[in-house]
Amino acid sequence: MNIEELKELLEFVSERNIAELELEEGGTKLKIRKSLAGPPPEAQLAMAPVVKMPESAAASVESAVGPGALEDGLIYVTSPMVGTFYRQPEPGAEPFAREGDYVKKGQVLCIIEAMKLMNEIECEHEGQLVKVLVENGQPVQYGDQLFAVRGA
Amino acid sequence: MFKKVLIANRGEIALRVISACRELGIKTVAVYSEADAHSLHVRFADEEVCIGPPRSAESYLNIPSIISAAEITGADAIHPGYGFLAESAYFAEVSEACRVRFIGPSPRAIRLMGDKSLARATVRKAKVPVLPGSEGAVESPEKALAVAHEIGFPVMLKAAVGGGGRGMRVVENEAGLGKAFLAAQREAEAAFGSGDVYIEKYLPNPRHIEIQLMGDSKGNIVFHGERECSIQRRHQKLLEEAPSTAVSERLREKMGRMAVQAAQAVSYVGAGTVEFLLDENERFYFMEMNTRIQVEHPVTEMVTGADLVKDQIRVAAGEPLGYRQRDIVVRGASIECRINAEDPVTFAPSPGKIHAFHVPGGPGTRVDTAAHAECMVQPYYDSLIAKLIVHGRDRKEAIARMKRCLSLTVIEGVKTTIPLHRRILDDPDFRAGRYSTRFLERFA
Repeated sequence: MNIEELKELLEFVSERNIAELELEEGGTKLKIRKSLAGPPPEAQLAMAPVVKMPESAAASVESAVGPGALEDGLIYVTSPMVGTFYRQPEPGAEPFAREGDYVKKGQVLCIIEAMKLMNEIECEHEGQLVKVLVENGQPVQYGDQLFAVRGA
Repeated sequence: MFKKVLIANRGEIALRVISACRELGIKTVAVYSEADAHSLHVRFADEEVCIGPPRSAESYLNIPSIISAAEITGADAIHPGYGFLAESAYFAEVSEACRVRFIGPSPRAIRLMGDKSLARATVRKAKVPVLPGSEGAVESPEKALAVAHEIGFPVMLKAAVGGGGRGMRVVENEAGLGKAFLAAQREAEAAFGSGDVYIEKYLPNPRHIEIQLMGDSKGNIVFHGERECSIQRRHQKLLEEAPSTAVSERLREKMGRMAVQAAQAVSYVGAGTVEFLLDENERFYFMEMNTRIQVEHPVTEMVTGADLVKDQIRVAAGEPLGYRQRDIVVRGASIECRINAEDPVTFAPSPGKIHAFHVPGGPGTRVDTAAHAECMVQPYYDSLIAKLIVHGRDRKEAIARMKRCLSLTVIEGVKTTIPLHRRILDDPDFRAGRYSTRFLERFA
């Protein structure tokens, strides 16, 4: 998609009674959302993200996200503490949540172990769990992205 | 020796610890709040862990976060620096319980010396002179008179609860005591809800003289001379020097031995500082003990050639001190100026971006700082930008050297206390070494 086509598309959405338009073409996803009043619709062109990650987490994030694009409209569940990330309540048990699951507010997504205490991390949003961004048993810092959820 | 040390601090002291670790071949872990993501201590450490948002309570004071960071990085020791958790006996206990060595004294020593009245009682038992006073609150003007006669006028009446000068009165002689006592009680009651007043000997022009101690786990404790820290504003030190012009070789011996005695009373291991008040007649009294490395430790390092932070790490790892009291010699004179991001007249904090930064070099010059051009002086933490330290063959040269350094320092973008330091160095009383803790009042 070139800049001319994008401009046309934006005008199109602006003039019509369209609140949101999502278009997938080739390897590119485009989402245009119009706010009810005021400024013209904003376009968010999905591209490979330029994200500054602490070195320890960087490697696993790349493999989880892959070469494809990250969409907007995603909410990231970030780590509220420092510790070790576990996907399941204990070794051998089922993970709390899998990619594709619909998750609810208050639902436990993972455990972060800190100082021998298992802290259950709850989801603060509702929506579809799109991606798990860290590996089981990986050390995490405050602010590390753990899950990507597409809000309802 | 430790393989990996986590530094539970930030700014210049974090860099100081990283420096010592580098020289000892120890790997370092920096912990940082989101506000410090681009700090030098993060950049220079071997590993870094983000422990929380900017607020100290949620980051640098967040014990679970810091201990957890030690766990996930496999650090075998924590250096707490100064401030923050450096004197938290609880933090030291948790660290040791999680099998991460705390680089500092035992939790018991921290507790005993952390409580001012406990500390006084402990050292008094060890025959260390303590400022004379009533044991607790004084019930009546008659009792007050009895105590005052015992300790000698002038005396200070102080509210047992609270501070800030309220419920405080200086009484020169017997005649004024009764009235002053009742007035102090009333004031204390009104301000703090408790009319309890105690009495202490009043020193009109004391000097704050502190003794640097270092003890190893084999029970050897030595003193590294004294530091003169009387130049303070509201109990915040601004300029320190070593040696003190008020302390003769003989007095240094006496105070040093007393400080060691105080530390031995709690089987002290590591770096510590005993603070004394010195009166005009060479009498000194124990005030308190700081169970950590102090901001002004560089002036001691300059005059004795010691590396106090390396010593801290070595003794914490179980190594013997490696030197004796007689090996410690004080040579020349050293001065330190704390350059803060504050208005030099009003002392209002001046956080913001430093856009030009240059520090002086040359003989006898040392600068301890984590600042640099384009760095942010954060509003969340203390306002210290840099410590400018000089050493000279004598005090005259040290003063001239400090004046030279201050004028060849560039810090633009925030206000600094440099103009105030220059005024202090030009003051005739300062230059003559004739000052007390009341010195800064003339600039207030």
